[in-house]
Amino acid sequence: MYGLKTDWIEDPTPRYYSLEDYEGKVARWCTGCGDHAVLTAVQRVCKEEQLAPDKTVFVSGIGCSSRFPHYMKTYGFHGLHGRALPVACGIRSRRPDLHIFVATGDGDCCSIGTAHWIHAIHYNMNLVVMLFDNNCYGLTKNQTSPTSPKGAKSNTHPRGAALDPLNPVQTTLGIANASFVARTVDWNPPHLHATLLAAHRHKGLSFVQIVQRCPHYKLGFHDPLQNDPSQLLLMTHEDGIQLDDSIARIFKNQKEHDPSDMDEGRELAGDPDGISIGLFYRNNAVDRYDEYTAQGLATSRGEKIEALKAELSRYQI
Amino acid sequence: MPAESTTNQSDADSPAINGNEVRVRKIPEQIVEIVSDSGEGAQTAGQLFGTVSAKMGNGLWTVEIIPAEIEPPARSQEGASGIRIRFGTEPMTNMGDQADLVVSFNEQVLYSRIDQSALRTGTVLLIDDRWAADEDPVIQEAYQKALDDFRERGYDVRGIPIHGETSKITDTPMRGKNMWVVGLLCALYNRNLEIAKDEVQKIFERKRKGQAVVDMNHKLLDAGHAWAIEHLDERFEIPSKEQEQEMVVMSGNAAVAMGAMAAGIEVCSMYPITPATSATHYLSSIFHETGGTIHQAEDEIAAAGFAVGASYAGKTAITITSGPGMALKTEMLALAVMAEIPLVVVDVQRGGPSTGLPTKVEQGDLLSSLFGMPGDSPKVVMAASSIDECFHFVITARKLAEAFYTPVIVLTDANLATGQTSFPMPELSEDWLSPPVDQSPWQEGLAPYAWDQETGLSRRPIPGQPGGAFVLTGLTHDENSHIAYASAINQRTMRMRSLKMAALAKTLKPPEIHGDPEGDMLVVGWGSTRSAIDEAVDRIRKDGRKVGSLCLRFLSPMEPGLKEIFSRYKKVMTVEINYSDDLGDPAVGDEHRRYAQLAWLLRAHTLVDVDCWSRVPGQPLPPWMIEEALRGRLEGIK
Repeated sequence: MYGLKTDWIEDPTPRYYSLEDYEGKVARWCTGCGDHAVLTAVQRVCKEEQLAPDKTVFVSGIGCSSRFPHYMKTYGFHGLHGRALPVACGIRSRRPDLHIFVATGDGDCCSIGTAHWIHAIHYNMNLVVMLFDNNCYGLTKNQTSPTSPKGAKSNTHPRGAALDPLNPVQTTLGIANASFVARTVDWNPPHLHATLLAAHRHKGLSFVQIVQRCPHYKLGFHDPLQNDPSQLLLMTHEDGIQLDDSIARIFKNQKEHDPSDMDEGRELAGDPDGISIGLFYRNNAVDRYDEYTAQGLATSRGEKIEALKAELSRYQI
Repeated sequence: MPAESTTNQSDADSPAINGNEVRVRKIPEQIVEIVSDSGEGAQTAGQLFGTVSAKMGNGLWTVEIIPAEIEPPARSQEGASGIRIRFGTEPMTNMGDQADLVVSFNEQVLYSRIDQSALRTGTVLLIDDRWAADEDPVIQEAYQKALDDFRERGYDVRGIPIHGETSKITDTPMRGKNMWVVGLLCALYNRNLEIAKDEVQKIFERKRKGQAVVDMNHKLLDAGHAWAIEHLDERFEIPSKEQEQEMVVMSGNAAVAMGAMAAGIEVCSMYPITPATSATHYLSSIFHETGGTIHQAEDEIAAAGFAVGASYAGKTAITITSGPGMALKTEMLALAVMAEIPLVVVDVQRGGPSTGLPTKVEQGDLLSSLFGMPGDSPKVVMAASSIDECFHFVITARKLAEAFYTPVIVLTDANLATGQTSFPMPELSEDWLSPPVDQSPWQEGLAPYAWDQETGLSRRPIPGQPGGAFVLTGLTHDENSHIAYASAINQRTMRMRSLKMAALAKTLKPPEIHGDPEGDMLVVGWGSTRSAIDEAVDRIRKDGRKVGSLCLRFLSPMEPGLKEIFSRYKKVMTVEINYSDDLGDPAVGDEHRRYAQLAWLLRAHTLVDVDCWSRVPGQPLPPWMIEEALRGRLEGIK
C-alpha cells in the first residue's frame, strides 16, 4: 500500500504462520528432557491457533524450564526465580490483546513462588500456566523440591527426602476462583497437545501440571508410568480433554469425570487409582480479574485532564 | 494569651465582653496543636481548621501526631494522637519550633508533647476540665497533679469545659468535641465560620453522611465559637497576603497520587504499608476517573513484579511503599535495571531498621535506594523536599524512567506524607501524560538493546510491536538480548547502564544556594528538612555569620558543581534525619565514625571532608534544634 504508514492500516493479507515462525534458538535442555516435548506441543498449539508471534508473550521465572521463552520466536520475559506470575499478571492487566503463557517449574512455582501461585489462581487472569514438574531442582544441581517423593535422595537430602510431597493439583483445587486445572505427562504428545490446546482456549487462568522427566537427576523415575500406561488414570468427558480413540485406547485405566464436579475432581487429584491425567475442573463462570484491571483503557487524554481538573479543584483554596 | 505581637490593636471597634474590652492582636504566625487520645477526631479538626486558614489566604503547614497503635489506652502519656497546625501570613513550609497554643482533650497526652520538646515557657494549654470532676478520684488527682506540674514548668494553663459544653448539644460528645474545638479556634483566630461550615458540608458529603450529621456538626461549630466569644478575652488576627495565583492544599501522599494521575500513569501496584498507604487509598478513590487501576498485590515483591510486567508491556507503572517494602522489592528493581524497564517507585520513608518506627519520619533509605541491590544497579534516585515536589517529581520520574529505560526512585517521608500545605495550582498539561503504547513496527535490523555508545541509551521493543519479538532476560545479555557470559560483554553492558546516569547528570543544573554563596559554612540537606534548614540558616545569618544551605533533589546521579560550591566555604556539613556517630564520641574515634547517609555520599563523591549532624527523633527536625546544632559547629570556625 504505497504512501500509507503500516500502523494506519490492517494488513490486507494476514500471513499464515508455520511452525518455523515459532521456533527460536535451539533448545539446550538435556537429551531426553521432557521440556523438549512440551516445546514441540506448544509450538503446534501456536500454529494451529495461528497466534501472531508479535502478539504472544512467554513469561518465565528461573530454572531449567524457565529457559522456555528463549526457544520460542515470540516475545519473552525470562525474569526472576518464582516471580513469573506477578510479571505475567502485570502484563495482562492492561493488555487484553496479547496471548500470554507462563513457564514455571516445581521449585519456581511450588516453592519460592508459592504466594504468587496461590494468588494468581485467585486472580484468574487470562493466562496459560504450565507447571513443568520434574520433582527436583535441575539447574541448581539436584536438590529436593516440594514435589520430590518422600525418600528421594538429593544433594540436600542425601539420605532421602523427609516429607511426603506437595500435590500441586490438589493445592490448586483448594484455591478460590480456580477455573481450569489439568494434568498431563510429557511422554504422551497427543494428550500433552490436547491439554495445552484446551488450556489456551479457556478464558481465565489455565493451570496445567506437566509430569515431566528429568533424565539427569531422575533417570528412570517415571519409567514405570511410561512403560505401563495402566498406572495412569485417564479422565474422560465430553467437556474434558479430547483424545483420539487410537490414543485413548492405550489407557486401560479410564474414568469418566465431569470437570464441573469439583468434589470428584479433588478426589481424583489425590490419585486414588493411579496418577490421574486430564481435566480435573473447569468453570467458565469464575470472575476474571483482568476484566477488572483493564477498565478505563479507552479513557482519552482529554477525559483524563478533565477528571484531574475537577479533582484538583476540590483542593483549591 | 500568647505569641509575640507585632501591633496592639485596641480601637473603638474592638469587641467586648461584659463591657470589658477584648484585645485583638495582629500576629505574623501561630503554631496550634490539638492533641487527644486516639480516635477523638483531633486530626480531622486540625485539618479542617488548617483548610479554613489556608482558604482565608494564610500560609499553612500541618504535621500529624500519630501514635504507633490504632487504639492505644486512653489517657496514656505515650498515646497522644493529634495534629500541629502552623499558619501565618507568609507561606509555611515546615512545622516550626514550639507550639504557641495547645488544645488538649486530656492532660496526660500532653506529657508526650513535653517529651518531644513541643512546648515552651508560656505555651497556652487549653485542657478539657471534665477530669477535675471525674467520678474516679485517681483521675481527679492525676488531673490536678498534672496541671500543677504544667504551671510549675511555666506553661499558661487553662481548664475549659470542652466535654461539658459539647454534652449540651450532642449525646455523643466523644465524637463531637473536635468540632466544638474548631468553633473555638475560629473565634480565637478570627476565622470565617462560614468557610468552616462549607468544608464540613463537603467532608460529610464525601463520606455520604446525611444532612442531619452535617447540621449537628454545624451546631457544634457555632457552640464552640459562641463560647469562645463569650469567655475568651483575647483574639488574634493573622493577616493574609493577596494571592497572585490559585492555590491548592493537600498532603504529600495525596500529591503523589495526584502526580501519578497527572503523569498519565494507569497502573499502581501496591501492598499496604504505613505511612505510604494513604497515597493509594486516595488514588483508589479516584483513579478510575482517569482510566487507571490499583492492584493490591499479595506482597511487596508481587507489587513490584506486577508493576514491572505492566511497564514492560508498554505503560510505565508506579509502586508506592516504605522502607521494609523497598527491602523486599530490591530483586525486582535490579531486574528492571538489568532489563532496562521503566518504573516509578515511591518510598515514603519511615523509621528503621526493620519495622522500626512505622508512623514516624526518618531519612534512612538513601543509601539502600542507591546501593541496596545485588551487583551494580545504577538507577535514578530523587528526593522531594516539599509537598508540591511530591506532585511534580512523580511526573518527572515517569518521564525520566521512559527516557532512560530505568527505574526511578522518588524518596518522600512520613513528614511530607501526612503534612498539608498550600502550593500553586498545577497547570495540567497533556504533555505530562504518558504516550499511548507504541505498537508501530519495530525498525528492521534494529537490535532490542541498540545502545548508543555515548549515552548508553537504547529503545526496547514493546510486546505487540511487529518485528520486535525478543526475549528479555535478567541474565547478562548482548544487544540482541541473547544470554552472554563473555567477559567483554559483561564489562561493556555494565558500562552502558552506568553511562545512562552520566548522560542524565549532564542535563542537570547545579543546585541553588540559599543564603550566602560563600563564607563560613554550607549546610547540605535533602528531602523534607529543606525548609527547616533554610529557616535555621536565616536566623544565624542575622548574627552576621556567612552561612548558606542547599538541598539536593537528585541523589543519583548527583547534581553537578558540588565540588566547586563546597570549595567556597570553610566548612561543609549535612543535616539529616538518620543515624550518625557524633563527632568526637570517644567510643567511636575519628577513623571509625559512621556518617549520616548524605554525608557519606558527598565525601565519596567530592573528596571534601564533609561533616554531619543528624538526629533520629521520630519527628521532623524543628528549626531551633538545627539552629542550635549549627551554632555549635560554627564555634570552631573563625
